[in-house]
Amino acid sequence: MSAGQISVPIVFRGPNGAAAGVGAQHSQCYAAWFAACPGLKVLTPYSSEDARGLLKAAIRDPDPVVFLENELLYGESFPVSAEVLDSSFCLPIGKAKIEREGKDVTITAYSKMVGYALKAADILAKEGISAEVINLRSIRPLDRSTINASVRKTNRLVTVEESFPQHGVGAEICTSVVEESFGYLDAPVERIAGADVPMPYAANLERMAVPQVEDIVRAAKRTCHRSVPLAATA
Amino acid sequence: MALSRSGSKLLKPISPFFSSAPSILTRSISSSNDSITVETSIPFTAHNCEPPSRSVTTSAAELLSFFRDMALMRRMEIAADSLYKAKLIRGFCHLYDGQEAVAVGMEAAITRKDCIITAYRDHCTFLSRGGTLIEVFAELMGRRAGMSNGKGGSMHFYRKQGGFYGGHGIVGAQVPLGCGLAFAQKYSKDENVTFAMYGDDGMGTAEWRAAKSPAYYKRGDYVPGLKVDGMDAFAVKQACKFAKEHALKNGPIILEMDTYRYHGHSMSDPGSTYRTRDEISGVRQERDPIERIRKLLLSHEISTEAELKDIEKAARKEVDNAIAKAKESEMPDPSELFTNVYVKGFGVEAYGADRKELRATLP
Repeated sequence: MSAGQISVPIVFRGPNGAAAGVGAQHSQCYAAWFAACPGLKVLTPYSSEDARGLLKAAIRDPDPVVFLENELLYGESFPVSAEVLDSSFCLPIGKAKIEREGKDVTITAYSKMVGYALKAADILAKEGISAEVINLRSIRPLDRSTINASVRKTNRLVTVEESFPQHGVGAEICTSVVEESFGYLDAPVERIAGADVPMPYAANLERMAVPQVEDIVRAAKRTCHRSVPLAATA
Repeated sequence: MALSRSGSKLLKPISPFFSSAPSILTRSISSSNDSITVETSIPFTAHNCEPPSRSVTTSAAELLSFFRDMALMRRMEIAADSLYKAKLIRGFCHLYDGQEAVAVGMEAAITRKDCIITAYRDHCTFLSRGGTLIEVFAELMGRRAGMSNGKGGSMHFYRKQGGFYGGHGIVGAQVPLGCGLAFAQKYSKDENVTFAMYGDDGMGTAEWRAAKSPAYYKRGDYVPGLKVDGMDAFAVKQACKFAKEHALKNGPIILEMDTYRYHGHSMSDPGSTYRTRDEISGVRQERDPIERIRKLLLSHEISTEAELKDIEKAARKEVDNAIAKAKESEMPDPSELFTNVYVKGFGVEAYGADRKELRATLP
């Protein structure tokens, strides 16, 4: 609005998404809300490497950055290389990381769901399905080229996110792939997201409201046209 | 024998106890509604209004019901602490012990048509507005018998028929909602008021500019105010009565309840990093709300030490029974995932995490 005279080099960081049993007002993932805004950058670290590299990049970035962490990931440890521990380690904003290479189906995820996607990939590997897991890292700007290149290789896509499905990150990724790589898709895009309801407190309902590893496995199998027993509709 | 206060519904099992002990009945002081006058601990400090008198009329029955209700609330919160540590309660748990005088005193001054709205430290307020112990514990444990069917949790207690509007997790968010409730009452001209409660931590959020001065009851000179000893149930009762009359005639008034919580802010706060243990035990010694009522009951010879101990034992038993019953309550049915999203679902579809696997039409 100021024709570039004034910039806003600020980073907002904090926990995002569901913890455990924190109920309807403390569980929402706001990645899609923030990522809808032009002018904002939205980052979602998963591993320690992401947290370190992306935060540094966010601070150095001259634009406002929303840095969405996950409370439950604070307690997880990740192996890091010496390069990561170096004081000048920095990751580029807007580039996704391929956490695990594969050739049969692409699974995109961010934040805590990357861990779930990797577990799902292990389970799928045992059944002969080689899944490529993409850690998005950057929700805005979204790394459409990495995602599309991966789908052109595997021909199948499952998007995973913790937040509500409608108008979410998975919806945007699906559109991007349909727009740019439609001819390469061998199956409809599958979308795993949080349940389309306010987060309930009761433990059994909360488990149903958040994606589980089995959901990701099931969706990946559907894209590979493996028979999956369909549960009755609720 | 008549127990006059509606709040004493909390301790129904007490009646058989009294009727089976004839020696107490012959004294029959506990059923007396004769008025007693008590003095509040300190006079009220007022800002831009005339403070109410320090002398509060009450009765033996009311004194006893205050004691019972507060003893029950105290036991309930302590039991919730143990349940949380036993991992039967998950997520957040903000305890109110120490502050019982505010809930009990306020309830005594108003009707169920008046509204109360508060933040997340809401277990005792819910109880005072007519909630039951089983509803509390079942909700805390996420079971079907909870008042929000187990879907809300500690911070989301509501009781619309009791005029209790929650139960809010976002700090300070309940204050504008309270204003809305008050406007609705004003428009419908039904002579009721709303008490919107918030803690001193709720002052520094967006809806209210951060406190211009720590003299909260002066509230930057926008509305008249009263500073009240929040550990004295009678001071609270008098202040709320005064505030209701004032609000109906002259508009909003702020009450600064000088109260104290013994636990930390929540179960993840030990409560000893920003205050000394001596301070906490000091308040327990000098200002505990239940002790104050106990002293009044003893000095007015309404009850003996032994009787009061029995009331506390009965409270403990009632809490234990409620916990046992709540533990037996089942988890909510999976179909509850999709209930109460809209008032009317209109056949809209909603989905579980895997939309091909779990989908439902909203009821």
